[in-house]
Amino acid sequence: MTRALERPAPAAPAPASVHPRRVVIGFIMALVLLGLSIAASLLVGTREISPVTLWSALVNPHRALTDHTVILDLRVPRTVVGLLAGLALGLAGALMQGVTRNPLADPGLLGVNAGASLFVVAGIAWFGVTSSLGYVWFAFAGAAVAATIVYLIGSLGHEGATPVKLALAGTALTAAFTSLITIVLLADSEAFDRYRFWAAGSLVARGLDAALPLAPFILVGTVLAIVAARMLNALALGDDLARGLGQNLVTARIVCAVAIVLLCGSATAMAGPIVFVGLAVPHVARWITGPDYRLIIVFSAFFGPTLLVTADVLGRIVAQPGEIEAGLVVAFLGAPVLIALVRRVKLAGL
Amino acid sequence: MTTRSEMKTDVASLSHARARQSRREGRLVLALLGALVLVAALSLAVGAYSLSVPDLLRTLTGQGTQSENFIVLSLRLPRLTLAVLVGVAFAISGALFQTVLRNPLASPDIIGVTGGASAAAVFGMLILGFGSVATSLAACAGASIVACAIYLLAWRGGVVGYRFVLIGVGVAFMVQGLLGYLLSRADLNDAQGALLWLVGSVSGAGWRDIALVAVVLLALLPVIRVLSGRLRVLQLGDDLATSLGVGAERTRLALLVVAVALAASATAAVGPLAFVAFVAAPIARRLLGTGGLALIPAALIGALITTVADFTAQHLLPGQLELPAGIITGAIGAPYLLWLLATSNTTGKGA
Repeated sequence: MTRALERPAPAAPAPASVHPRRVVIGFIMALVLLGLSIAASLLVGTREISPVTLWSALVNPHRALTDHTVILDLRVPRTVVGLLAGLALGLAGALMQGVTRNPLADPGLLGVNAGASLFVVAGIAWFGVTSSLGYVWFAFAGAAVAATIVYLIGSLGHEGATPVKLALAGTALTAAFTSLITIVLLADSEAFDRYRFWAAGSLVARGLDAALPLAPFILVGTVLAIVAARMLNALALGDDLARGLGQNLVTARIVCAVAIVLLCGSATAMAGPIVFVGLAVPHVARWITGPDYRLIIVFSAFFGPTLLVTADVLGRIVAQPGEIEAGLVVAFLGAPVLIALVRRVKLAGL
Repeated sequence: MTTRSEMKTDVASLSHARARQSRREGRLVLALLGALVLVAALSLAVGAYSLSVPDLLRTLTGQGTQSENFIVLSLRLPRLTLAVLVGVAFAISGALFQTVLRNPLASPDIIGVTGGASAAAVFGMLILGFGSVATSLAACAGASIVACAIYLLAWRGGVVGYRFVLIGVGVAFMVQGLLGYLLSRADLNDAQGALLWLVGSVSGAGWRDIALVAVVLLALLPVIRVLSGRLRVLQLGDDLATSLGVGAERTRLALLVVAVALAASATAAVGPLAFVAFVAAPIARRLLGTGGLALIPAALIGALITTVADFTAQHLLPGQLELPAGIITGAIGAPYLLWLLATSNTTGKGA
């Protein structure tokens, strides 16, 4: 008896195991899908480009050839932006669902992206910020403020953060921030002009020069997310049990919060406020992996970029010869996911 | 030890409390009416050309000079009337939504109904080049379509409040995306016009808008009166309500239809005036200290909010620019909403 008590508690409990073959097949599928989406993003557009041309453009680029410049100056940048932003949003969604134990958590739904937007707008209008490295600090501050508010709301009340409460709070937060954004924009037509293109959720708005400086933030966020995965497994058992297993709850929540703010802030600064990527991706991942957050995080890191890049490709196909922003396509793909989740008999807490 | 006499005193104190409550509601209604009359008088009298109280009374009884008649009766009175009407309509709509869906945050402006109206109206304005009448119709149609879609998607052998709310949240985000798309595609000037409409303003109120909201309100008030009685029964729970002869599902549907009609007509007339539907009923409940429906106080508070907001936007802010009333309701409503979220969002029902 005493022996059992003295034994060191396992750092992370191993959640109910899923068939490993399912995970392996799922992982191969995820890799293939990611590769396909990248290839499609490089090949599809108003200008038909053959795989052979693509290969030569990547291996042996000639600036004189139009096809090569289209690939290198237009399609590669938007694909990279899509990959980075999708990675950030997918991971942020998984972290948020884990830390709030809530199946409806998503950076967009919970108002974190709206908070980042409000601060970015204030930066554009009042501080004359134009570079995305300038945007990003405002985005971090806004994401942090919004995440704090949502978290406070979630921790209030006896029944804790129910999915309805959290989602409504996030929507209300978004409505409030949107209203404040509109007030700022009404007075400043130049800021409005810049904002409206950014807010549509486009991957082409600001090119590679603007996106790459944000990559380090996303990298740090990704590392933190991987570190947090074990902690999320402990948190999933409930506060008391997690504490009993030796998990420091405050540390776990702070690591997650920092990662979420870094990921949401850089994704929003890069591509505008995009909803539903963070909602749908972890659910697909969980469907393959089961409840182990170590696997959910890894799969989300692959599915997030796949979803956003695919949405961008779809936006190019649907509206030829023009195109629809990836953010809007994702909203229309993601809302049905939310509705399907809600229509399931009962929303079980995570 | 609960004795029979104690139970009797319980019943007695309950009816006593109920009487006190209704007296309290009466006093509140009187106070709100008084405040509303005061704000109305101010709105009519104060401006670039200000009138004294006797002059105002003379003008209102039809004996003013030509310029007084023009300023008060043709410019300020329509604006005031419209502000009052949309305030009432938004407030009742919000109160009904929040009560039927049993969540203090579930007002039409949060769950996408007003957003549907906005998206349709902006689509009409920017893509189809609609004028004001067609835009109003588009707004009504948009709100109805979105509300129907939410209801149908939430239907699973009955509509449960939380499912309706969450699907509304999803739809709200979809509509928001659509709005962003429309705004980014339009010419900057047109987009700014649309943005102004999206804030909501009662300036340039015409009698046509007033007639629209007034007719809808007058037609629906008797219905609301009947239905709100049933709503009180409904709050006892679906089973009990059914055994008392009140069809729960049908009553809920009827109430939502009424609430959508009110929100749609008000949005069509002035645009989606931010947060009026959302805050009116919670303020009324807070002032009354009850969790009851309190439709009349809520309606008066709605009217008070819109009239005060419009007056503030017109006269109390510095600068030459006349601002739309929605700026004020948004600037005040947004922090209030955050505060409400932080302090009292503990009653949300759901999975």
